[in-house]
Formats: sequence, structure tokens, C-alpha cells
Amino acid sequence: MKKATWIRTVILVGAVGALELACDTGAVPAAMVIAPSAMVLALIKTVQSDDFGSNVERTLSAVAVAMSLSIVGGFAAGFVLHAIPALRRAFNPFLAAYYAIPHFAFYPLLIVIFGLGQLPLIVLATLFAMVAMIVATMSGLDRVPRVLLRTARVHHLSLADEIWHIRLPAAAPHLLSGLKLAVSYSFIGVIGGEFIMSTGGIGHEIAFAYDNFDNARMYALILFVLLVVTSFNMAVYAWERRLMRRRSA
Amino acid sequence: MKGEGASPKVCARLTDVTRVYPSRDGHGEVHALGPLSFDLHAGEFFSVVGPSGCGKSTLLDVLAGLALPSAGTVEFEGKPVAGAVPDGVGVVFQEDASFPWLTVEDNVAFGLRRSGVDAAETRRRVEFAIGFMGLRDFRHAYPSQLSGGMRQRVCIARTLVLQPRLILLDEPFGALDQQTRLLMGDELLRLWRETSATVLLITHALDEANLLSDRIGVMSARPGRFIDIVETGWPRDRDSRLAERADFGAVTSRLWSLLREESMRAMGQRSAA
Repeated sequence: MKKATWIRTVILVGAVGALELACDTGAVPAAMVIAPSAMVLALIKTVQSDDFGSNVERTLSAVAVAMSLSIVGGFAAGFVLHAIPALRRAFNPFLAAYYAIPHFAFYPLLIVIFGLGQLPLIVLATLFAMVAMIVATMSGLDRVPRVLLRTARVHHLSLADEIWHIRLPAAAPHLLSGLKLAVSYSFIGVIGGEFIMSTGGIGHEIAFAYDNFDNARMYALILFVLLVVTSFNMAVYAWERRLMRRRSA
Repeated sequence: MKGEGASPKVCARLTDVTRVYPSRDGHGEVHALGPLSFDLHAGEFFSVVGPSGCGKSTLLDVLAGLALPSAGTVEFEGKPVAGAVPDGVGVVFQEDASFPWLTVEDNVAFGLRRSGVDAAETRRRVEFAIGFMGLRDFRHAYPSQLSGGMRQRVCIARTLVLQPRLILLDEPFGALDQQTRLLMGDELLRLWRETSATVLLITHALDEANLLSDRIGVMSARPGRFIDIVETGWPRDRDSRLAERADFGAVTSRLWSLLREESMRAMGQRSAA
């Protein structure tokens, strides 16, 4: 095992162990946080409950749609803005200030426009995630070395071939960074939105448990969200590492 | 040493070519090249030397079809070159143009696969080019695992597989150390001899131009024109040991005497800019 992996493992196990000890000895009251072992037991129980599957499906399907829209739409918009400098100059101030806007404040407005249900959540998460992909796409395309584009001309590549065989792979490191952010922001957008106003989904279940002082279920669901998001991000990270390893031997 | 060939076959012809482009600050224009006329003879090794910023690379771009001349005409094998790289022309750039996401083998096969050459023929040509450029042990390596010199070999091999009749090289060894440059020069001469291609090399190294070339075009400071074309008279079967010959230095001295004043003018242009 690498040194960094050791350090990471020690910190994680140490933190979980310390919390377990603090809860077991009563240093941290159960009304505040329950012990990690109790969270795991509560999670097993929650997973077996009737409505768990439908809530997970509801949340993950919204995340999947928002993620796909933000990645594909973000790439397309980034590509167009990169190709039309005047348009890019016009949009630059909006893009720069975009993440200073509290997106969740617009959730009520989205409900008014799109009604209750999945659509406003998907729109909110897509809006939240897409700009990260747009910025990463522009940044990646900006950095495609000019000599590679000249090489494309020497090889008589069509525009589609140039994009597919040169620009995309050359910009890949930046595109992957954008993709990772879009994945994270999609989760945040959907679960955060459900937390505020939705009538279902994991976020709503967490808020519902919180409002009813059901700490066991609340922490079980938080643990579930942590596990899902971490697993998903680690899979993307492993994929990125496999792709990038060859480039920086 | 200066002179016209008897009546050699023409590979490429530039007639009254000029290239003017808008200056970066948006005010006015930069007259980069010409008017310039010359014939590139089929099968010769022609080098272009000149002060920095004199338009050497612009000349290569115009000849390759990567840039349009503002006036004048460019022909390759009797057909006009009109803003697209003609079939039969290969270009090697100074910068590393290897694709970092492909192995050496896939880099070399890139052009063949895109142009629809069948798999068996692609394999045969890639095998030859990889062997010719001494890359056999690195065929599965990625460019990041190779030195700058090896990466430039990959780019030359990628051009070689397309069997170009005219190879244009824009300071391909500019980023390499002197010893590697000499060895790469020998390999370039071998490639030139064995493929019978016409080679045009842009370089700022006078010794390199002298060693490799049959003829050397000496360019003026911007706007670049040929102030002389020097014929070296070296045998076709030559390598870097040529530098040991007593008359080698005389050619380099002649190049420098032609260039010294132009280089000082070019320095003046740069400080004024």
C-alpha cells in the first residue's frame, strides 16, 4: 500500500473510531449524533423498508438525467462558445459570476414554472452542473496545441474527424475535470433540491427524518448518500487515472 | 557555387509569392514574405536559412498549402496549391506533434487509418517506418515515455508512412541537443536517399543546412526574399562526417557572410517592434 493510502486509511479509521468511542461513552449525546455502528445497523433496517427502493430510484434517476444533460449540453455549449469568440466575450461575465448565484433560491420559481415533481429538480441540478462542464470544455479546447490542429490539416481530416480524433482526446484531461464536477454538482443539485421542497427522494427522506427527530433513519440515509456519491466519484476517478496514466509516465 | 541547374524536373514552383497579414495589434499589416520566386527540383535536398522572423516558416506554410499567398502562385507537381495540403506532401513541425494519447505504433499509423488504407498495407508500411526510424523497441510506448528526439522520430515516421514525394520540415531538430541533431541529420539524409523524395528543410543552423543540402536558399530580413541560392556540390551519399572535410567550412563561411548583415537588420526590426 502506498504511503498516501496508509495516511488516508489511518485518518478515516481514526475519525470513525473516535466518533464511535465518543458516542459509546456518552461524550456525544445520541440526540446529536448516533454511533457509526448504529448508523450501519439503521441503514440495514432502512434499506429493507418498503419505500426505500422507490426513493432511491427517484433520486438516482433525476441525478442520471441531470448529469447526462449537463455533460452533453455543457460540452456542446462550451464548444460553441469556444468556436465563436464574440459570443464567448459576451457570455464571459455571466460564466465568471455564475457560481456566486444561490441557485437553490430559484427553486420555488422553478416549481411555479415546471410544477411539482422531478422536472424542477432536474432543471435545477442541470443548471447547477452544466456551467462547470462549459467552463472545462472551453478551457480544454483553448489548450489544444496549435501544432496538432495543423497536423490534422496535413492529414486532410474533416471537421468531424478533427473534433473526434484530435480536439476531444487532446482536451480530455480538462473534459474529465468538468465531468467530475458535473457528476458532483448533479448529486448536490438533486439531493439539495429534494431537501428543500420535494415530496419524495432521498433528500426529502433525510429532511423528513430530521423534522421528526428520527436520528437513526436520518443518519442511515446520510450514510447511504455518502456511500453512493463516494463510490460513483471513485469509479470516475479510477477511470480518469487509467486514461491519464499513459500520458504522464 | 551559385548557379542554375541544367533543366531539372520541377517538384514545386513559387512564382512572385508574397504573404501579407494583419499585425497583431490590429493596426496596419506585416509584409512577411516576398515577392519570391523559385523552383524546387525533384529529388533535391533544399534548405532555407535566414534571420529570425524573416518568413521562413511562412514560406513553408504557403508551400504546404497551410496558408494562402497574398499574391503570386504556388504549384506542386504542376498543379496549383490552393489553401489545402496537396496529396504527396508531408510536413514535420518543430513542435512536438505526436499524439500523447496514442502509442508510437498508433501515432505512426494515424494518417493511413484516416485515409482508408487497408489494414494489411497499413501494417506493412508502419512496420517499415518504425524499423527505419529505430522505434521497434518502443512501438507500444506512449510519447510521454520517450525523449524529445524519439518523439520527433515518431513524427517523421508518421510522415514517412504516407510515402510523400515532397517532405517539408520546419526546424524539426530545433529543440534537440547538438549531438542528437547530428545523428537525426544522418537519419534524414538516409531517409532522403532511400525514398527519393524531395526535401525542403527550414533551419536556422548554418552547419546543419550545409551538411544536409544540395542547395541552400539564403533569405533576407523581413520581408523574406532569397538573396542567394548556394549550391553545395556535396555527393548524394553523405553523412555528418562531411563536416571533417576542409571545404565544408568554406560553405558555412559563405552562408554567414551572406547572412550577417541581414541578421543585424532583423535584430534592428525586432528591437523597433
